[in-house]
Amino acid sequence: MTIALKVSKLKKTYKNGTIALKGLDLEVKAGEIFALLGPNGAGKSTLIGIISSLVNMTSGDVEVFGDSLTRQRNKVKSHIGLVPQEFNFNMFEKPMDILVNQAGYYGVPRKIALERAEKYLKQLQLWDKKDSMSRMLSGGMKRRLMIARAMMNEPKLLILDEPTAGVDIEIRRSMWEFVEEIANAGTTIILTTHYLEEAEQLCKNIAIINHGEIIQNTTIKQLLTTLDIETFIFDLDKQPSKELLELLDAEITEDNSIQLDVHKTKALNDVFKHVDKLNYKVLSMRNKVNRLEELFYKMTHKEDQEMEKQS
Amino acid sequence: MSNTTLTALFTLGRKEVVRILRIWSQTILPPAITMTLYFVIFGNLIGKRIGQMGGFDYMAFIVPGLVMMSVITNSYGNIVSSFFGAKFSKHIEEMLVSPMPNWVILFGHILGALSRGLIVGSIVTVISLFFTEIHIHNMWIVISTVVLTSVVFALGGFINACYATKFDDIAIIPAFILTPLTYLGGVFYSISLLPEFWQTVSKFNPVLYMVNAFRYGFLGVSDVSIYTAYVVILTFVVVLTIICLTMLHKGVGLRS
Ligand SMILES: Nc1ncnc2c1ncn2[C@@H]1O[C@H](COP(=O)(O)OP(=O)(O)OP(=O)(O)O)[C@@H](O)[C@H]1O
Ligand SMILES: [Mg+2]
Repeated sequence: MTIALKVSKLKKTYKNGTIALKGLDLEVKAGEIFALLGPNGAGKSTLIGIISSLVNMTSGDVEVFGDSLTRQRNKVKSHIGLVPQEFNFNMFEKPMDILVNQAGYYGVPRKIALERAEKYLKQLQLWDKKDSMSRMLSGGMKRRLMIARAMMNEPKLLILDEPTAGVDIEIRRSMWEFVEEIANAGTTIILTTHYLEEAEQLCKNIAIINHGEIIQNTTIKQLLTTLDIETFIFDLDKQPSKELLELLDAEITEDNSIQLDVHKTKALNDVFKHVDKLNYKVLSMRNKVNRLEELFYKMTHKEDQEMEKQS
Repeated sequence: MSNTTLTALFTLGRKEVVRILRIWSQTILPPAITMTLYFVIFGNLIGKRIGQMGGFDYMAFIVPGLVMMSVITNSYGNIVSSFFGAKFSKHIEEMLVSPMPNWVILFGHILGALSRGLIVGSIVTVISLFFTEIHIHNMWIVISTVVLTSVVFALGGFINACYATKFDDIAIIPAFILTPLTYLGGVFYSISLLPEFWQTVSKFNPVLYMVNAFRYGFLGVSDVSIYTAYVVILTFVVVLTIICLTMLHKGVGLRS
């Protein structure tokens, strides 16, 4: 099995003293879609910045398809396409020019660059915007423009830093399709996201970073089983009584709504039985929070507690 | 040089030139207007009272100086605003992620600066024809000095843009260093008019050598030895190039 990305003992301390990566190790196999998860400030963008030569590493090494960043930087660069977290194109240029120039920087001849630009602008539904001023594009369009730009050198490894942030559900789905299509064509993909659904939809393997270290490197399935408690909100037809709250071990969130934790292994039937017995109707029911946030919270909490214990 | 490197260089150079032409009302028109005013005021109105300078009409004397001044400020201004602009809005990252070598990034931007310097310089030269005749003593000296000087100031502007973190930083150097050096660099006068002490001080000003070498190309007169001038200019080109490439290699002001 070819290894697309191998990160070894990677450390990064920013000039202001912030330690963003503390000797991080990571491996991503070729051909897969890999998700990098972690709370804000965990070090995801720093890691991506180093891999794509936008951030200097403090120590360690990165290999992309066997080429070392410290020894063969330009070769590594030519393997990679990057979609950064923040917009980083010239807002006063046209999408077409942005793409063709980017291809040119990679050494793609102009004729081929024009063809590729057309292909990817069409695939990402931006063709009718090719000659608009980029700053006129909507947020989602700008993000797709960056994806098209990252494809201009037809990279072996495509890295997407929060590609679906601020993108509506329809476009998000079409972006997922696009990513899967590219992956099927043989491109390895690494993406960061704050949506568990996205990782679930696209990836088999994931890694979770916290405080500049990998704290989990596993399959998404494995990860989901660790999410053993789910929080539900029930909207009832009338104000819940104390009795009901005690029976369910729930609390009131709004007038007629209650919130309760249910262990994954336990059936919801018992809950409904109690509600039924006391003559309530459940008008609607939903999961409470972004599951990923909850997961981070639990994991990072556990980690912090362990650190406290040690000290 | 490989084909991919050439493509990258051509892409960047082309982009820079397109940028200059696209915003011509900021890049080309203002210097043309300013220089026309200089010709009218210094050359025509005041110049008539001044009489001769260095053995020529004052107007004929200052034309090379003014052309050089516009080349200097526009080369510097172009690279500083283009490169700092790219840093500020982050599209410099388009170049940094690509495998284009550092010298291509540098040289591509210099091509832009050179183009603007030469476009403006040519326009100013053409405008000057309305006010005076132009002699050409040695075409090769004219061309080589204007190109080399443009490169020197492009390199200087590049360093300025690398270090700059805010727009103030790219205004300070031109205002406090570039303008005084140019105005005191023999654009408007021959340093033989100065007291001996100030003549010596002037010789520490690199712009003096550039302006005089350029003027020599037109008029055949110079306050300094033409050989010394070339040595000074070429030394600046080499030293500044090394500094720029080292900064790019380390990512000074570009990579955190
Ligand atoms: N240029 C910088 N200079 C100094 N510190 C920085 C810089 N960039 C990031 N940091 C710090 O490094 C740490 C990691 O930041 P990073 O951007 O890598 O996090 P992230 O995982 O991408 O977070 P998010 O999910 O919010 O994008 C943070 O503490 C951040 O404040
Ligand atoms: Mg980030």
